[in-house]
Amino acid sequence: MTQQARPAAGTPLSRVDGRLKVTGRAAYAAEHDVRGVVHGVIVTSTVGRGRITGVDTRDAVAQRGVLKVISHLNAPKLPYRPFRGVPDPARGERLRIFQDDRVRFFGQPVAVVVAETLEIAQHAASLVKVAYDGERPAIDMSSPAGNPNQPENYQRGNVDQALERAHTRLAQTYRLQREHHNPMEPHATIARWDGDRLTVWDKTQIVLNTRGDLATVFGIPEESVRVISPFVGGAFGSALRAWPHVAIAALAAREVRRPVKVVLTRKQMYTGTGFRPVTEYKLTLGADQRGRLTTAVHDIRAETSAYEDYREALMVQGQMVYATPNVRQTYRSIPLDINTPTYMRGPGAATAAYAIECAMDELAYELGMDPIELRLRNEPDRDPGTGVPFSTRRLRECFRVGSRTVGWDERDPKPRSARDGNWLIGTGVAVATYHTQRAPAQALARLDADGTAIVQCGTSDMGPGTYTSMTQVAADALGLPVPRVRFQLGDSAMPPSPPHGGSMTMASVGSAVQDTCDKLRREAIRLAVQDSGSPLHGASADDVVVQNGRLQLRDDPERGETYRQLLARTNRPHLEARGGYTPGDEVERFSTHAYGAVFAQVAVDERLGLVRIRRVFGVYDAGRIINPKLAESQAIGGIVGGIGMALLEHTVTDPRDGRIVNANMADYLVPVNADVPDVNAVYLNGDDRTADPIGVKGLGEVVIVGVAPAIANAVFHATGRRVRELPITAEALL
Amino acid sequence: MYPFAYTKPADTRAALTAGARGGRYIAGGTTLVDLMRETVERPGTLVDISDLPLRDVRATARGGLRIGALARMSDVAAHPRVRRAYPVVSQALELSASAQLRNMASIGGNIMQRTRCTYFRDVTAACNKRQRGSGCAALEGYNRAHAILGTSDACVATHPSDLAVALVALDATVHLLSADGERSLPLTEFLLRPGDTPDREHDLRPGELITAVEIPPHPQPVRSGYLKVRDRQSYEFALTSAAVVLNIAGGVIRDARVAAGGVGTVPWRLTAVERRLTGARPSDRLWTEAAAVAADGARPLRHNGFKAELLKRTVERQLRTVGGTR
Ligand SMILES: Cc1cc2nc3c(=O)[nH]c(=O)nc-3n(C[C@H](O)[C@H](O)[C@H](O)COP(=O)(O)OP(=O)(O)OC[C@H]3O[C@@H](n4cnc5c(N)ncnc54)[C@H](O)[C@@H]3O)c2cc1C
Ligand code: SF4
Repeated sequence: MTQQARPAAGTPLSRVDGRLKVTGRAAYAAEHDVRGVVHGVIVTSTVGRGRITGVDTRDAVAQRGVLKVISHLNAPKLPYRPFRGVPDPARGERLRIFQDDRVRFFGQPVAVVVAETLEIAQHAASLVKVAYDGERPAIDMSSPAGNPNQPENYQRGNVDQALERAHTRLAQTYRLQREHHNPMEPHATIARWDGDRLTVWDKTQIVLNTRGDLATVFGIPEESVRVISPFVGGAFGSALRAWPHVAIAALAAREVRRPVKVVLTRKQMYTGTGFRPVTEYKLTLGADQRGRLTTAVHDIRAETSAYEDYREALMVQGQMVYATPNVRQTYRSIPLDINTPTYMRGPGAATAAYAIECAMDELAYELGMDPIELRLRNEPDRDPGTGVPFSTRRLRECFRVGSRTVGWDERDPKPRSARDGNWLIGTGVAVATYHTQRAPAQALARLDADGTAIVQCGTSDMGPGTYTSMTQVAADALGLPVPRVRFQLGDSAMPPSPPHGGSMTMASVGSAVQDTCDKLRREAIRLAVQDSGSPLHGASADDVVVQNGRLQLRDDPERGETYRQLLARTNRPHLEARGGYTPGDEVERFSTHAYGAVFAQVAVDERLGLVRIRRVFGVYDAGRIINPKLAESQAIGGIVGGIGMALLEHTVTDPRDGRIVNANMADYLVPVNADVPDVNAVYLNGDDRTADPIGVKGLGEVVIVGVAPAIANAVFHATGRRVRELPITAEALL
Repeated sequence: MYPFAYTKPADTRAALTAGARGGRYIAGGTTLVDLMRETVERPGTLVDISDLPLRDVRATARGGLRIGALARMSDVAAHPRVRRAYPVVSQALELSASAQLRNMASIGGNIMQRTRCTYFRDVTAACNKRQRGSGCAALEGYNRAHAILGTSDACVATHPSDLAVALVALDATVHLLSADGERSLPLTEFLLRPGDTPDREHDLRPGELITAVEIPPHPQPVRSGYLKVRDRQSYEFALTSAAVVLNIAGGVIRDARVAAGGVGTVPWRLTAVERRLTGARPSDRLWTEAAAVAADGARPLRHNGFKAELLKRTVERQLRTVGGTR
């Protein structure tokens, strides 16, 4: 085999789409210029449960420029064929738009007003009067809306016996409040029908899911639906599913026979998309006197809607993070009169790590042991859940690098031991893990006569820099300089991709891109060595490499020709290749996760109940890093998200009617710059070829995991107080 | 948003005429426009006063300070005289909102801003302030941010302005102008407690324009400062805040003015605290004892009970910061 040099990967290339974005030329979902577009504004329910008894649209329709008001009273029956996209819950049925009079949660779409301008539509929407027969909704897990869902269970060993024999036992419940993604870009959809073909410009992390959703809502073939989504202004999981407004835009467009744009308001995003669910995590640990965990019992309860049973990866860590012979897990989802939760950065893992890593800290204090030492003593050498070896697991190194950097060893473990004026200073640590997910992906590469290439996959770039990293992988495989390669994504007409979520894009799409571009390069080489007109004629294909767009003998670089010369001489407008990636049995044969050690330093003004971050430092084992600049930016974003989770973020619901009372960015608090003074991360230099062909383990999620518990542990170290509920607020500390 | 007309009068007289006809003044628009978008506010006509000559910040003949109603928050905060003589004002301003908002927002608009009670801002909720007699959703709802002082059964919303807290501590007056002429009244009288009529928030007559706020001269030397306690470091309204203005001479507090924000339905003057301070010698003990009465009369709600204790501690901390200790 040739050793094709791969110079682009591993370099801190700036975003290839950066200029487009900062100059405002990157078109986001609502910004596509679709001729003749009119505007749909959704009217949402103002009761949390009940029936719609009337929809008075007279005032709305009387507004000049209003084209139509659609509600369940006049909406056509829609086919709603069965559909379950990858990100959809395994049980339950998606919300159907305007198909009946039932209100399932506060803020449910009950009508849409379509008008010539956005302003008219907004105003008319405020004039629609909806009457309800409302009841008090169930929004608290202590009084569910219906029968509890079947719990998910896991068991190994003999938990009860182990608990009985444990030298030290600890049982605590940790609670996490509901959080919303709050991406900068609002969710938006533009829908246009051309006969029975539907084109949709959508904010989505997976065009194929939007396509499948719409095809089944309207009972048309998938081929009749095209979904376009070249840019996504942040999502964090909120754009994995096709939420009701997507079908609403398409329905409205069909009804008024014009393209329709629907943009959710910030407020509507709190009920029109999902969220990280309220979760209660009771954890019982048993350990021997040397600090080795003998048992762990995880009792998990999380909210879901009454119409879908949403689940997330809350059970993974409890099975694999520490060598624990006896483990029992129960995961119950509690149906409530709320809309369905969904994946939010580090879904499940971030929540589970909060409970597990706080409990480990508590246990360390019970045992009088250093929290890092306790973790090291429980470091498994094989996956304790499956028994298979780890592909790579470098948590020890993460701790080593991290402790050295932050000076962990100089820390006085005693709570309340450090002070700076009015501030108590504390440091805390936590482990982060996230399972490496991989899924089949395909790509298309085309080399043009001018020596440039276009590579396509219908994936997405919600912010991590997919455009850039894929360009690097493609450029290397093609032997082209980065500026001569263009990567395209976000179109259902392109080769299929898995969801752009779960940190699987680099591994899956990256491997597919590499495979495809390798194929294309090899095809060009084959052409050259077989072509009598080529200087490479007769050479062995294995001896040919491509550098800078030039095919040449590895050992005699003088002999060769450029792609352009090759294509010109052989009279081809372009060369094309299709390729892909399908994970193999390595997925079962190895336990593959990304890891991290997160260190936090906080200052607590105990008198005033203030917690301020001084520093967060993360060390990650995420396999190969294709672009260190993007990876660092992911870590900073993840850590900032973790700070929000620890100290600020909390979607508040009014139990009387299910109304979200802080559905805006002034009252739902996310960290601002002043809250994130010193946030840094390093990645261990790595390459995990067992994980996937390009050696990456995924890093978009692991960087938020572990941050909140590190902070909570630091708050304990500072103050001696355990707050077992996130976010940690002033009132909890007073 | 409801449709509205828009005019931009060339001079103050024309503005007053438009105001007298029922027009609604708009200055920086940073809060009025939001409320119009939420359809909480539905003015028929907006009268844009942003170009009127009401931007001056200048010393008064008596030795106080007069701040034009259209002076921008950022300009006032940066004004050398304000920084030197009234740190409490510049601090209150700089701890407000965001830099972008402060660059747009006016002093008059800041005093006139309406409560941040989320039920008030959500037209589908019951709210006596928005619609008299419709009820108060916050009373039994989520009221962590709400007031504990000056509340009534009709309304428990805070006045959100930081600046107004500093101004109340400084005994500021509001200058008003209408077609009928000028008048002025203390800010504490201008802003109204909710009582049974929470929809009446201030004593601004129809068409009346705020032209300036005036800070009277204060006995020298004067030290002052503002402390704002909130969940996040910046860009959030106060959970509690304290404006402290002290005149200490010969080791004795001759004059003390203390006001609190985030806790009252109006900027809350803490006269009981002031009484304990006046005539006493600064000491850690004094700060604690004086602050202990800061929350007297508080009526905590379900989610804001912590504010009573937090208020005391906020006041104590700021007394110590401004008054110092031995
Ligand atoms: C996200 C956000 C955060 C904020 N945080 C804070 C904070 O932490 N602390 C704080 O104190 N404030 C805060 N604010 C409020 C901000 O300070 C006010 O929006 C601003 O001061 C209003 O000034 P304006 O000139 O824009 O008023 P406008 O929006 O133009 O007007 C507001 C009101 O005042 C009336 N008005 C304006 N000028 C006059 C006048 N001369 N005479 C009579 N009536 C007049 C208008 O008719 C209107 O009713 C925040 C605002 C936002 C949006
Ligand atoms: S507290 Fe006042 S502003 Fe808030 S809902 Fe009640 S009446 Fe309205």
